[in-house]
Amino acid sequence: MIQTLFGAAGPEPSLLEKLKSGVQKTRAGLVSALEDAIQGKKEIDADLLDELEFTLLSADIGVRTTNEILERIRQRVARHQLDDAAELRGLIRERLLEILQASERAPVRVEEPPAVVLVVGVNGSGKTTTIGKLAQRFRNEGRSTLLCAADTFRAAAIEQLEIWGERTGTPVIRQGPGSDPSAVLFDALQAARARRVDCVIVDTAGRLQTKENLMAELQKMSRTAAKAIPGAPHEVLLVLDATTGQNGLEQARKFTESSRVTGIVLAKLDGTAKGGIVVAIARELDLPIRYVGVGEKADDLLPFDAGKFIESLFEK
Amino acid sequence: MFDNLSEKLQRVFKNLRGEGKLTAANMEAALREIRMALLEADVNFKVVKQLIENIREKAMGEEVLTALSPSEQVVKIVHEEMIKILGSHESRLRFANDPPSVFLIVGLQGSGKTTSAGKLARWLSRNGHRPMLVSVDVYRPAAREQLKVIARESGQTIYEGAPGEKQPLELARAARMESVQTGRDVLLVDTAGRLHIDDDLMTELQQLKEQLNPVEILFVADAMTGQDAVKSAGEFHRRLGITGVILTKMDGDARGGAALSIRHVTGQPLKFVGVGEKPDALEPFHPDRAASRILGMGDILSLIEKAGQELDQKKAVEMQRKLIENDFTLEDFRDQMRQVRKLGSLGSLLDMMPKVGMLKDLKNVKVDEGEIGRVVAIIDSMTPRERDNHMIINGSRRRRIARGSGTTVQEVNQLLKQYATARKMMKSLSGGFLGRKMGKMKMPPGFPFGDMLGR
Repeated sequence: MIQTLFGAAGPEPSLLEKLKSGVQKTRAGLVSALEDAIQGKKEIDADLLDELEFTLLSADIGVRTTNEILERIRQRVARHQLDDAAELRGLIRERLLEILQASERAPVRVEEPPAVVLVVGVNGSGKTTTIGKLAQRFRNEGRSTLLCAADTFRAAAIEQLEIWGERTGTPVIRQGPGSDPSAVLFDALQAARARRVDCVIVDTAGRLQTKENLMAELQKMSRTAAKAIPGAPHEVLLVLDATTGQNGLEQARKFTESSRVTGIVLAKLDGTAKGGIVVAIARELDLPIRYVGVGEKADDLLPFDAGKFIESLFEK
Repeated sequence: MFDNLSEKLQRVFKNLRGEGKLTAANMEAALREIRMALLEADVNFKVVKQLIENIREKAMGEEVLTALSPSEQVVKIVHEEMIKILGSHESRLRFANDPPSVFLIVGLQGSGKTTSAGKLARWLSRNGHRPMLVSVDVYRPAAREQLKVIARESGQTIYEGAPGEKQPLELARAARMESVQTGRDVLLVDTAGRLHIDDDLMTELQQLKEQLNPVEILFVADAMTGQDAVKSAGEFHRRLGITGVILTKMDGDARGGAALSIRHVTGQPLKFVGVGEKPDALEPFHPDRAASRILGMGDILSLIEKAGQELDQKKAVEMQRKLIENDFTLEDFRDQMRQVRKLGSLGSLLDMMPKVGMLKDLKNVKVDEGEIGRVVAIIDSMTPRERDNHMIINGSRRRRIARGSGTTVQEVNQLLKQYATARKMMKSLSGGFLGRKMGKMKMPPGFPFGDMLGR
């Protein structure tokens, strides 16, 4: 069951199929590679563990999480609870699911619309595209939505959002380039109230997590939102590029510190065999993954569900 | 988050002091640390494996036996091996004999192609070229608009083409003609971001290459890329034969291990790094500095270079004279602060410092970026007389200064104390150490620098 800002959503019949085709590469890079390593082996020896380590690390699962998984296997082997290599696949599957499930958390329920969704992330992670797809998704769910063009910094960011607005039939609130993002946000929230829309999605300028002044700007935007609408922003989504390596952790950490991230969107998952960073983030930062981006089309943003995700990876 | 590799190695080798010899056994622990450090810096697993082999081989050789400190020696070997992969010197751009030289800029979505194209145009025109930009990204919403805005803001020439044009090849062809007609010597072609697995779009790039015959095909890669860097760079290289790499977003805190991976898999040099959001924030790639950064050893060379570029030489000489003559007023103090400010944020300066030895506590320093601003504000709120002679600043003056600068009397007090300490320190340096030592030195007659030492 997938939880949204407006309560539980009905099941999506084609979700598993879409996920499967979206994670094809990761399946090849992680699960098939695991199977290759295990295949034909009977005993669990140092060589096999080396192979496993290689596979997990090269899927960007990260040094720590990989070590933890291997340590578990070693312990079980030592205690003779595990001696058949064929069991390894199930064990790893189970552990990955546990990690992802442990960080699952439903978003706050918005009783009184508009719900405000702030979308943040580093440059080029895929924020604007994600917002376009999110608008499409909300529209399909029958929610009236407003887009707020608060990336006033990057050249042509506003135009890019407007094109997405046209494509998805969603109005966009904008001001000129270089204007104060908080002011645009305030405008958008006033408009949202007046027009009684269900949801406002706020595009922000990309920023590297090391730029403290820019991170402070996000805090200001959160405060502005809260002033205009109590409880806002209801959701702060951090968009991560799935090809990002271990720096993804640092991004999630710093953005969480400064702007209270409530969930992750993993963009560009279809292009990488290394979607393992989701596991590292779930484990080390305890942040839920909300959506995954698996293509360039407007409906290529899928809600994330740990069970389904793991199923799509491990089931043929 | 990351511990510095050399610190880790120091720990590993602590018990080794006095032995001064690396054995197979104690090298294993060190190699493990090196491996972790490289993996955490996102260097590709396979590259790490090979590096470790090379390092093991070298470290086991006799070179190490004479090492003063084993950890230093090992770090040095690691560093050298990395530079071997990264290339030992800067790599220059190539230009065609018959202009325009076409540069094709390619890469994954969001890696920073458009921004880099704009920066590169700017860099080229500052270095005596007449570049023209063109965007053939007909897919991403407002992509061509973005390059147009970037070109306008950084004063670069762009071929805009028909707004509704849907054919990248057509846009490229027209831009090339335009650049010939207007006497441009470089044509920078910004292409749409694409996944290396997208066959149609990769074919399109091959067609562009065939048509334009570019001298440089620059692959733009995000410094934050993880293990996948090898795959995407490898595939772009296989299909197109890239000639160089631009590594972007190096102003963040990513270690940039992808640099090693990409270089390893393509064999092509890294040519530039993107280091900020401003149009000028593009620098030639320095292999040695990148290696230091991947190892978390700081980038002191970049810091020195930056200081050389930004600091006002005349002012520096003047400051030196004042120091020696003990004529250092609050006004000079303020100037100095402003000079430091020019170098960028304190945090970014700190990041460039190596965090070992005496400076190892630096990594825990939390920088208050507002501090310099407040100091300058306090000094701004003083009268010229007060700045000239801080001794006259009494209680009521302090209250006035605090009000004027929006700070508290405590902060004013603190500043005055800092200033007094700095002054005292300088006095002892110049009057004591510098003055005496230099005074005693006998210069040979006709020694050309004698006058410069103030006598």
